[in-house]
Amino acid sequence: MKHYSVFAVAREALRQHTGWDRAWAKAEPKKKYDVIIVGAGGHGLATAYYLGKNHGIRNVAILEKGWLGGGNTGRNTTIIRSNYLQDPSAAIYEKSRSLYETLSQDLNYNIMFSPRGVMMLAQTQHEIRGYQRTAHANGLQGVETAFIGPDKVKELCPIINISGPRYPVLGALWQPRGGTARHDAVAWGYARACSAMGMDIIQQCEVTGIRRDAGKVVGVDTTKGPIDCDKLALVTAGHIGVMANMAGFRLPVESLALQALVSEPIKPVMDVVVMANTVHGYMSQSDKGEMVIGGGTDGFNNYTQRGSFHHIEETVRALVETFPMISRLKMLRQWGGIVDMTGDRSPILSKTPVEGIFVNCGWGTGGFKAIPGSGWAMAELMAKGASPLTEEFSMWRFREGKFIDESVAAGVAH
Amino acid sequence: MSTRLAEGGRLIDRSQAVKFTFNGKHFKGFAGDTLASALLANDQMMVGRSFKYHRPRGVVAAGAEEPNALVNLGKGGTFEPNQRATTTEVFDGLAATSQNHWPSLEFDVGAINTYLARFLPAGFYYKMFIHPRPFWKYIYEPFIRQSAGLGKAPKDRDADTYEHFHAFVDVLVIGGGIAGLAAAREAGRAGARVMLIEQTADWGGRAVVDGVKLGGKDAGVWVKDTLQELETMPNVDLRRRTMGAGVYDHGYVLAYERLRDHVPEMDGPRHRLWRIRARRTITATGAIERPLSFAGNDVPGVLLASAVRDYLVNFGVSVGDRTVVVTNNDDAYRTALALHSHGLIVPAIVDARPQGGGELAAAAKAAGIRVANGMAVAVVKGGKRVTGVTLCLQAGEGAPLEEIACDCVAMSGGWSPVVHLWSHCGGKLSWDDDQAMFRPDAGRPPTGADGAPMVIAAGTANGHLATAGAVADGWAAGLAAAKAAGHAGKTGTAPKGEDAAAAAPLPVWLMPQGASYAKRSKAWLDFQNDVKVSDVQLAAQEGFESVEHAKRYTTLGMATDQGKLSNINGLATLSNALNVTIPQVGTTTFRPPYTPISMGAIAGVARDALFQPVRKTPIHDWHEANGADFEPVGQWRRPYAFPRKGESVHDAVMREVKNTRTNVGLLDASTLGKLVVTGPDAGRFLDMLYTNMISTLPVGKCRYGLMCNENGFLIDDGVVARIDEQTWLCHTTTGGAERIHGHMEDWLQCEWWDWKVYVANVTEQFAQIGVVGPKARDVLESLGGMDLSKEALPFMQWADGKIGEFDARVYRISFSGELSYEVAVPASQGRAFWDALLKAGEAHGIMPYGTECLHIMRAEKGFIMIGDETDGTVIPQDLNLGWAISKKKDDYLGKRAQERSHMTDPNRWKLVGLETLDGSVIPDGAYAIGDGVNANGQRNTQGRVTSTYFSPTLGKGIAMGLVLNGPDRMGEVIEFTKGKDVTVKARIVDQVFYDKAGEKQNA
Repeated sequence: MKHYSVFAVAREALRQHTGWDRAWAKAEPKKKYDVIIVGAGGHGLATAYYLGKNHGIRNVAILEKGWLGGGNTGRNTTIIRSNYLQDPSAAIYEKSRSLYETLSQDLNYNIMFSPRGVMMLAQTQHEIRGYQRTAHANGLQGVETAFIGPDKVKELCPIINISGPRYPVLGALWQPRGGTARHDAVAWGYARACSAMGMDIIQQCEVTGIRRDAGKVVGVDTTKGPIDCDKLALVTAGHIGVMANMAGFRLPVESLALQALVSEPIKPVMDVVVMANTVHGYMSQSDKGEMVIGGGTDGFNNYTQRGSFHHIEETVRALVETFPMISRLKMLRQWGGIVDMTGDRSPILSKTPVEGIFVNCGWGTGGFKAIPGSGWAMAELMAKGASPLTEEFSMWRFREGKFIDESVAAGVAH
Repeated sequence: MSTRLAEGGRLIDRSQAVKFTFNGKHFKGFAGDTLASALLANDQMMVGRSFKYHRPRGVVAAGAEEPNALVNLGKGGTFEPNQRATTTEVFDGLAATSQNHWPSLEFDVGAINTYLARFLPAGFYYKMFIHPRPFWKYIYEPFIRQSAGLGKAPKDRDADTYEHFHAFVDVLVIGGGIAGLAAAREAGRAGARVMLIEQTADWGGRAVVDGVKLGGKDAGVWVKDTLQELETMPNVDLRRRTMGAGVYDHGYVLAYERLRDHVPEMDGPRHRLWRIRARRTITATGAIERPLSFAGNDVPGVLLASAVRDYLVNFGVSVGDRTVVVTNNDDAYRTALALHSHGLIVPAIVDARPQGGGELAAAAKAAGIRVANGMAVAVVKGGKRVTGVTLCLQAGEGAPLEEIACDCVAMSGGWSPVVHLWSHCGGKLSWDDDQAMFRPDAGRPPTGADGAPMVIAAGTANGHLATAGAVADGWAAGLAAAKAAGHAGKTGTAPKGEDAAAAAPLPVWLMPQGASYAKRSKAWLDFQNDVKVSDVQLAAQEGFESVEHAKRYTTLGMATDQGKLSNINGLATLSNALNVTIPQVGTTTFRPPYTPISMGAIAGVARDALFQPVRKTPIHDWHEANGADFEPVGQWRRPYAFPRKGESVHDAVMREVKNTRTNVGLLDASTLGKLVVTGPDAGRFLDMLYTNMISTLPVGKCRYGLMCNENGFLIDDGVVARIDEQTWLCHTTTGGAERIHGHMEDWLQCEWWDWKVYVANVTEQFAQIGVVGPKARDVLESLGGMDLSKEALPFMQWADGKIGEFDARVYRISFSGELSYEVAVPASQGRAFWDALLKAGEAHGIMPYGTECLHIMRAEKGFIMIGDETDGTVIPQDLNLGWAISKKKDDYLGKRAQERSHMTDPNRWKLVGLETLDGSVIPDGAYAIGDGVNANGQRNTQGRVTSTYFSPTLGKGIAMGLVLNGPDRMGEVIEFTKGKDVTVKARIVDQVFYDKAGEKQNA
């Protein structure tokens, strides 16, 4: 793998960039792998990467029905934060956030992690108390957050209207080391690193069946033929129910369309990420200058990667109220992704009823920020059979009633 | 130079001059001009700078596909960035400035990037700026952000208004060219309700510019006749300046009408967003011409051939004195012929096809224009505008053969149907090899709720590039759509179009075919985002083989034009690089909107006070007039407290508590949810909904009830009153009324649909006022009327009657621990009753109190509050509310869930009271610290505060909290977080701090 640096770019510039290799190798499936990962999104690729890096398991294939990073990894609003309320959530999201801090250097790929700060607005007394609670919890969890007043909100984000007639801004939960990253680059960076470790990333390869023998996984059937494996990880987000069905078990997951939109690009005007849960919307400005806007999920189950306009309208209305200056910006593009929602809106990283099969799903509306941590934890679970980070995220928690409910603090937006 | 010709221009009114400015320079145009045509008429060739390299940019197109001519428009409250000059109609006083340069358009420091371009290929930023780590946030990224971004951000509040309209039609026709007109007319004749929308200000589309013949008439005449007929049809609605923005599931279409962008002085909303339900939608959206990829194709003065023709015919503007036409198809010959007929010079038509063109080519030759077949442009000369072209063989590697001086290049790489709206909701495309384009695949259309096709593509948008095919296809689409919508009235025959015999186009994706790297790295695909042929080839080389990868890696098609000009050329380049066919590469996903639409239009009228209208109780006005400090609760705004002049909110709360505890307070409790549940099965239903037994409650009595969801968690509480044999009135929390009503309906409609129960939300039918405090009875009795004595109306009973002149339903319930009457009167009597109580209470020291006083009093009394003691993870058992859970019932919502292992775990956190050792108030949200850390290195916790207040009654801080094994640890002292590394010690005590025996509320 060619090392990326400014010098490498300069060197290549002198020879018309003919020397650049493929970012990841083209691969055809081998007969057997130690581990097969279904789904080459961020979570699947990160799982593979940490299997190789942390646990020395490199005979790994990552199978992808479409193109890598083409699901929710390439469709989200790129927000990274770890200001979660419940201990298990804070642990895995903060692990993830801290891995993001150095991910560009680890992968030798600029994923543009930008800790520009994330604030979640408190616009009711109830929200103030909720975020104060989160701040107290974060203090004990080792997550750096603070509850800030409206003046500080205005100072950090001058375009915000803190004295709107309907829901004045009363304060915010502020995480200074939260931020954004370039979503595609996260997938590409992991893919390149996995490929460099000798792993096979096989795109356009749909899994059509999961072969089991005596309650244990032995391989998968794919559109490129059968492939054997010792361990299998299902990491397919919105389509996880389809995979579980193939493996003969069910998951408490619903698939819903979540939408986002961007404005036309403008010169920098907003340095921080703002989430406004009372009015339902969140916004940040990308390095290209687009205002990146996310809203809620549609109220019906859906596999098409598009949503209804009504949600776009609700979201834009909320943000025009919060940031009046965007009224004269224009919506450039709206799109949707299929998110996998569990009963408690927290993920599942778990063994399954089939020996050797593991699931990583249920990230719902908040998966991007979790990619490195999720991969790290999942790799540990698969390699060692247990991980403190995944301990509470078992699929059996729903049977026990041991929910990890974040809606307490997070409202709608993740 | 580009200039206005002395004559011509079918869309401009030369009698009406308009003045406008560009970068402060004063220019003149005519009514009917677009900003682009008016700028060109004034020889303003350069209009902006590109995104990445800050290259000089000129107008390249004449319509919605324009990637370059984006300007800042207006000032202050009407300032708007990124306005497309080609679709902006010029008006008197228009002020535009160019974008993305510093210090000026002509001299831009950022243009240094163009010299560094070789160091900044596609995706360069993924490979650089990695070390040292902090530099990304503090140095590299701010620089990149500043140099990107195009237009400036608006600063002021939008001065305009917007609105939404809804329409329901049989047939929606999008596009007012000849196909759309033919479709609308035929659907209209058949009797269908038709809406025809056109994004520009005039009808007829390209046919009129091209001067084709229809039914033996000039296209212009045909369009006029057709419009006349349409205008007489009462079932047809025609709208110009209205763009089809998006097609969604179930025949839902979004359209965007620009009402007064062209006449800003007019009153009324600026934009109107149409939400249309159409049985069938016809997309007659035309086609967009493709640029050709040759070196220097981005130099100002290189335009689409059709655009050069548009400026000439529509606006009387010649872009150049000497125009070289470069093409791979016959259509561009029209441009040469039009220029020639206006007396302008066409030094050569460079036709990449070795065999040349058809009838139009013959006409050009006959007119004396030189036609060079099999030739290509090797490179365009010039920096800020074209000065000439060097020609070469298309088949070769670009060896220069001759140089031609010119000031304009008109290019045509063929046409791509506008398939966006067809594709938005799942319509698929097929590749047409003969015409080298994607066209809608009629076999795989977007389907509606009935499974039938809901969109019909028509005309050029359906791949019929020639006149005859386009107009016949439009006509047929109109008929088919009307029929599918159930209308089969008498219709006409298909209009006949006439076309010159054309030679086949030759797909040309790179010019010349064997262009060197130097040429490929100067051949632009995406003019705005600066993506060149070499960039897409690099993407392919590095394995970004999927069209989505290549797009994202290079940013091709991600600019404000969303790749209208660049997409097909880009994916053809990609397919060549990968050595696969174009359909194998496929297209990126088309997403709404077709062109960007204003956020203001999307938000509509829902701004400021109308954003979410405030619900008001009948007494709201009094609160406002008497200085209430409000807080939002659900959609209401409730008084938090009533501070007096010079009094702080905190002091007001303290006063209100003390007064209510010693005299009497008045609470507007009208916002509390009131749901009437009635019917033969109502009791059975409520037994399932509440954890308690409700069906056995005697008429006339009240009971405090708890409601859980199916996961066992407490979701609402309130007092239930039995009104009669079949009827109960359920009080909910203020924020819970609609949610609980929905919850009830959910179960009734989805699960117990055969139960005879009716639920009505009567929250707003009553004003409910709490008269609270030791003197409450005195105040009410002084008004006269019903017997409110302890004997007649004991605690937890209700009665109907008269209080004074008011029709009252009096509940003896208490959320404060005081003697308390909650009196409901019809909403219409609410304010008068409030006033009467205030007057009657004067002698007893009555004062209104707000929500904070309410909260403190209930906390002093140890009552839980939904949303404080509960957060979606708490079950009633955690709150020591086991007494409110019936042991007799077989089932209730949440019962099974509450039996799960985690719910019955003896180590759950349970509710207790808390008292700090120093009398201070524990902070909101504080956690009780446990011993050590967990496996993830987090400090262990053993509880948390749920409600915490300064109690004026007790003169110290009190709190409730959930604590591990709390009720078993009375008297123990534990530590709570207070701030960074600061804690506060508190003793676990009983949660009831006030009147434990309940003597006061029972009084």
